[in-house]
Amino acid sequence: MKTSECDVVIVGVGGQGVILISDILGRAAVKEGMPVRGAETHGMAQRGGSVINHTRLGCRLSPMVPPGGADVLLALEPAEALRFAYFLKEKGVALVNTRPVLPVTVTTGRAQYPPLDRILSPLRDRFGEVKAFDATALAEKTGTAQAMNVVMLGALSRYIPLREELLLDALTQVVPKKHLEANRHAFAVGKAEVG
Amino acid sequence: MKEYLLGNAAIAKGIKKAGSGLVSGYPGTPSSEIIETLVSLGGIKHIEWSVNEKVALEVAIGASWTGTRSAATMKHVGLNVAADPFMTLAYLGVGGGLVLISADDPFCHSSQNEQDTRRYAQFAQVPLLDPADPQEAKDMVMYGFDLSEKFNVPVILRPTTRVSHARSDVEAGPTSPTSEGKASFDKNPARRVSLPVHVRPLHRELLEKQAAIEEVLASTPWNRLDLKGDHGVIASGLSALYAEEAILNLGLDLSFLKIGTFPVPSKMIEAMLRHVKTVLVVEEMEPVLQEQVEMIARKVNPGIEILGKGDYISRIGELDLLPVKDAIASMEGISPETRPTLEIEKILPPRPPALCPGCSHRATYYAMHKAFGKNAVYPSDIGCYTMAVNMGTVDTCLCMGASITLASGIRLGGEEEPICCSLGDSTFLHSGLTGLLNAAYNKARITVTVLDNSTTAMTGHQPHPGTGLTATGEASVPVSLEAIAKALGAGFVEVVDPYDVKATIETFKQAKEYQGLSVVISRQLCIIKALKAGVRRKTLIVNENCTGCKLCVEFGCPAIEFEGDKAKINNLCIGCGVCASICKNNALVVVK
Repeated sequence: MKTSECDVVIVGVGGQGVILISDILGRAAVKEGMPVRGAETHGMAQRGGSVINHTRLGCRLSPMVPPGGADVLLALEPAEALRFAYFLKEKGVALVNTRPVLPVTVTTGRAQYPPLDRILSPLRDRFGEVKAFDATALAEKTGTAQAMNVVMLGALSRYIPLREELLLDALTQVVPKKHLEANRHAFAVGKAEVG
Repeated sequence: MKEYLLGNAAIAKGIKKAGSGLVSGYPGTPSSEIIETLVSLGGIKHIEWSVNEKVALEVAIGASWTGTRSAATMKHVGLNVAADPFMTLAYLGVGGGLVLISADDPFCHSSQNEQDTRRYAQFAQVPLLDPADPQEAKDMVMYGFDLSEKFNVPVILRPTTRVSHARSDVEAGPTSPTSEGKASFDKNPARRVSLPVHVRPLHRELLEKQAAIEEVLASTPWNRLDLKGDHGVIASGLSALYAEEAILNLGLDLSFLKIGTFPVPSKMIEAMLRHVKTVLVVEEMEPVLQEQVEMIARKVNPGIEILGKGDYISRIGELDLLPVKDAIASMEGISPETRPTLEIEKILPPRPPALCPGCSHRATYYAMHKAFGKNAVYPSDIGCYTMAVNMGTVDTCLCMGASITLASGIRLGGEEEPICCSLGDSTFLHSGLTGLLNAAYNKARITVTVLDNSTTAMTGHQPHPGTGLTATGEASVPVSLEAIAKALGAGFVEVVDPYDVKATIETFKQAKEYQGLSVVISRQLCIIKALKAGVRRKTLIVNENCTGCKLCVEFGCPAIEFEGDKAKINNLCIGCGVCASICKNNALVVVK
């Protein structure tokens, strides 16, 4: 028996705003009257490390998406997309921001950051659909690179069973008023990018 | 109305709705957001970040003894610090309901061990509630206060990381009706003074009430028995959700017992064991439930097959849906699903957590190593700075405050090399003070470095007595670390700015030469706090003097990259300027 309607795994680097996206999804799900479960990374791992967030829409059980179970992988950073790709179903969708954030192992020369095509081609070989774009550049164009996570949320909105007006309501609740317009714009840009 | 709540926020709501008058705690992942949420909710008479967990629990006990409902929050290892008052509190009992929240961290996401708080509950004969999700955590904490008052015992709520840092739709529900009585301490030496003559009967009383506690707990909604097929699963807390989901996914007709309370409901376990031929026990960490099941089986069905820890369920790390599904499939003789692995991770650079760009700890450790050299011994402690283990200045990390005492023992045990230990400001105030006093008293010739970033950074920037602010943001007495160090007997006490690398190295050299106990306080505000407070410095660039020697790159700041054959400063630079002091060629300069 299926135990979740739609499983989303959101990955990135500490500080990119992964938690904000899942907070918006969860709030919108509650508005929809849909049960929802999530799990977050806090504490030590956050300091510049890899972060992963699980959000399960229409689920009452485990807070974590099982490996191979995610319907959508939303990656705010390309290397992290590949690192956590094992969570994605074979027919799942990967939405990837192509702008790298170099880990300290690379900046100090202890490791190499792979070229983008070496990250994306295994994803393309393996999964149902891969949409890769520079969400950071799109956010910069809307006026604030900080809204990259909301650009990604806009893209995600096409792949989840949550109504856009509920997502935008939730966005309004969590974003400071003075940044709301920029964030709504970022959402629209992200949605258009994968249209 | 439902809300999408973090487990810790749900616990905070429960504490408030139960009418608590005092909440105390010491920050520790995964427990810290409980007090932070309560501060933002408001409406509690007193909320405090205590100096450590022992203090937090004792303050909560004092409040409870005035009839005020109180709660103390901490991470699992914090209960070790609070174990002394905790064990005897079980005998003496409470006044107003007292709930101790001890958050476990299977897999050590952010901890130094994987200890299981359920063992403590058993040890102290104290009831424990084991929530599966944020809703249960909120409901259980409210119930915990009632239970505590009904049986005159403290109650433990034990969320794990995946409950505290899970989110789900939570119904906050009604507020408990509480009497608005005036708080007052009623003198009752037989129950408040732990003289041998008093505690002997109290020990008997504690043991005698266990059966009644178990009976009441058995009837709570968190224990649920569903008898079906002749194979069964018994699971506790969050593990019960994994088991339930696995059974549904596999479409099996298994008997199922969910356990949410300790002491366990033995009659429900008996009923299960009489019904099935084979049973799998699913729980994270220690076989606490399994041992109970095995004891009951000896009585009611000695022939039953009990599966669990070892071949089926790991005692190490955390569980998840898949390992539980595999264990159940294996019990049922179903071959586990094959899961193709991706052979692609090898090309990925590791991304471990690291000190922030511009973090002053990196600068302090650089200067320390320059002055003390590679043969020195560097005991360290618990905080962000433990992540600097690659810098050669973190030789030990045992438990909160142990840097100073380990350093003392290493010296007094006969080590003759220089010894420079380090610990953060919050850790120093938590449990470094007694160690420093002991080092002075017992003449340990060591250097103690307080990495003072004026906050409890690792757990999310909670205030402490050195900051002069309370948990609720009120001004309080700012404690001087240098005055404390002098008062405790350190003969050499100096304060340095770690961004001034040369002066810091010089001071460390003096401390190293000092024939006694020396203390260096390396003070610079946590960079995250500084940026939030609006501190802006001019960033640096690399000029044509760069020879590509990589000295600055090896310093390890994420803002310094190596491109082609030269260093490059990226946009993470916050302008601390430390790399400019390290460069031998004047190649790193501030942007004009």
